[in-house]
Amino acid sequence: MGSLPARDPRIYVGGGILLALIALALIGPHFTSDPLMPDPESILQPPSSAELLGTDNYGRSVLARVVGGAQLDLLIALFAAVLAFVVGSLVGGFTGFAGGFVDDVMMRLVDILQSFPAFLLALGVAAMLGNEIRNVVLAIAVAYCPYFVRIVRGEMLAARVTPYALAARAVGNPPTRVMLYHLLPNCLGPSIVQLTLCLGYSILDAAGLSFLGIGIRPPTAEWGVLVAEGTQYVNSGQWWIAGFPGLAILLAVLCFNLLGDRLREAVRA
Amino acid sequence: MYGRSFWIYLGRRLGLAVITLIGAIVAVFVMTHVLPGNPALVKAGVYSTPEVLRALEHEMGLDRPLPEQLALYVVHAFQGDLGVSTRSGHPVAADLVQRLPATAELAVYSLLLAVLIGVPLGVLAAVREGGWFDRVVQQVAILGASAPLFWLGVMLIFVFYVQLGIAPAPVGRLDTGVEAPPQITGLYTVDAVLALNGTALASAAGHLLLPVLTLGFVIMAPLIKMSRASMSSILSADFIQAAYSFGLPHRTVVWGDGLKNAMMGLLTVVGIVLGYVMAGNVIVEALFAWPGIGLYAWNGITGRDYDAVQGFVLLVAATYVLVNLVIDVLYMLIDPRVRLG
Repeated sequence: MGSLPARDPRIYVGGGILLALIALALIGPHFTSDPLMPDPESILQPPSSAELLGTDNYGRSVLARVVGGAQLDLLIALFAAVLAFVVGSLVGGFTGFAGGFVDDVMMRLVDILQSFPAFLLALGVAAMLGNEIRNVVLAIAVAYCPYFVRIVRGEMLAARVTPYALAARAVGNPPTRVMLYHLLPNCLGPSIVQLTLCLGYSILDAAGLSFLGIGIRPPTAEWGVLVAEGTQYVNSGQWWIAGFPGLAILLAVLCFNLLGDRLREAVRA
Repeated sequence: MYGRSFWIYLGRRLGLAVITLIGAIVAVFVMTHVLPGNPALVKAGVYSTPEVLRALEHEMGLDRPLPEQLALYVVHAFQGDLGVSTRSGHPVAADLVQRLPATAELAVYSLLLAVLIGVPLGVLAAVREGGWFDRVVQQVAILGASAPLFWLGVMLIFVFYVQLGIAPAPVGRLDTGVEAPPQITGLYTVDAVLALNGTALASAAGHLLLPVLTLGFVIMAPLIKMSRASMSSILSADFIQAAYSFGLPHRTVVWGDGLKNAMMGLLTVVGIVLGYVMAGNVIVEALFAWPGIGLYAWNGITGRDYDAVQGFVLLVAATYVLVNLVIDVLYMLIDPRVRLG
C-alpha cells in the first residue's frame, strides 16, 4: 500500500455510506410502511415529522419507496457488475493467455462493443429484450463486460511471460491450470478497481434506463422510476418526490466512486 | 512529408475503423433480428391477419435466410438507407439529418462549458497539489461523476424555472411565438447572430441554459480528473525543471510548456466524453423535450419504432468510431513518437 495515508477520508465516507445503504436495504423495509400502499388521505404531502420525505401523488410514502428502491437497485448493480466482472475477467484472461489469432479476434470484438457508448449499448439491449429486471441486469452486464476483458487481457499479456509463469509450467502444470490458478488471480487487481466503479455505473445506468421507461416498470419502487414519477410534479413545486430518490442514487454512486478511487491508488502504489 | 511508416500506420488505422464499423452494424443487426421479437408483427400490429403479416415479412425481407438479411442490412446501412420510421413515415436517415443540428448545438455548448471550466480547474488543482483548492476541485469532480443526469436536470428545472423563474419552461429550443432564424448552420444561436435577430438569440440561449448546465456539469468530471492527472505528472518532468532553471517565470512554465504537453491527453478524453454526451443526450433531450436525435430515439423506443432506434444507435456508433479515428490521426500528426514509434 506504499505511502498512502491509512486514515483516508474516502474510506470512511465511502464505506460509511455503503454500510448505511446496505443496512437500509436489509432492515429498512421492516420499519417503513408498504412502498406500494396508496393513501388517499395524504396526497402530495411535503416532508414533515410524520412523513420524513413526504408523500407522492397516490399518497405513498416517499421514504418507504426510497428504502424499497435501495434493495432493488443495490441488487441490480451487484448482479450486473459481478456478471460483467466474472465473464469479462475469464474471457480477458483466456484471450490474453492464448494470444495470437484468438486474441486478435477477441480484441476486434471488444473494439466493436466499445464503439457504442456503454449506456447506449445497455439501452439498445434493454429496449430489444423488454422491461424486466433480469433484462436490465443483462443489458448492463453486456455493456461493461468489454472493459473487464480489456483490462485483464492486458495484465495477462504481461503475466504469462513472467518467471513464475514459466516455473509453474516447468513443474508440469497444464496450461489451463497455470492460467486459472496461478496467473489469473494476479491479474485481477485493476479489474477489482473497475468492479467497484462499475457498481456505481450500474446504479446510474439501471436508474437511467428506468427513467426512460426501458428498465424497471412502475409502480415498482426503483430509484429511476421514482425520479421519473416525481418529474411531472416538480413543475407544481413538489420537489421531494423526485428529489430524494435522486439523492439516494447520488449517494450510492458516490460511495462506490470514493472507494474505487482509493482502491485504484492502492493497486497502483 | 511523412515516411512510409506513417502511411502504413494510417492505412492500418483506417482498415481497423472500417472493420469496427461493419462490426457495429452487425451488432445492431444481431440486437434486432436474433433477439426475440418480430419486427413485422410490431409494424403490422397485434391484430393483423396471418396473410398481412406474411406479406409484410416478405416486403421487409424477413423470410430470407439470416446471412442474406445481414448482408443486405450492411449494404443498405453503408448506402445511408436506415429504413423507414413507422412513426413519422419518413426515411430514418432524413429524420436524423433534420434533427442533428439541435443535438449538435446542445453537445457543442456542453463540451465547451466542460472544457473551458474543467481544464483550468484541473490544471490549477495540479499546480496546488494537496492544497485546499485541489481538494475542493477533486470533490467537485467526484460529485459530477456520481450525479445522475436526469435527476440533476429535474433539480435544475425546479430551482431555475419553478422557483427563481430565470430559465424558460423546459420545452424545446425556443419560446412559443418566437420564429426560428433562417437556417444556415442549424445552430439557432449562431443563425440568430448571423440574422441579427436578438429575440431569437435570447430565446435560444435561454432554452439552452439548463440542458447545457446539466450535461456540462456531468461531463466536466472526467475532464477535471484527466487534466489534473496529466498536468501533475508533467509538472514533475525533467523538461519542466529545465524550464524553471532557465529562469522562465512560473506562469509561462505552467500555462505554456506544461499545459501544451498535458493537453496531449485531452483529445482522448474529449473522444470518450463525446460518447457519453451522445448517450446522455437521450436522457437530457427526453427531459427537456429537445427536438434532437436523442428525443427521436426515445420516441422510437417508447413507440416501438425499431428502425428509428437502430438508425440512432448506428449513427452514434459511426460518429464514435469516426471521432476516435480522427483523434488517432491527429495524435500521429502532433506527436512524432506515435508515428515513428
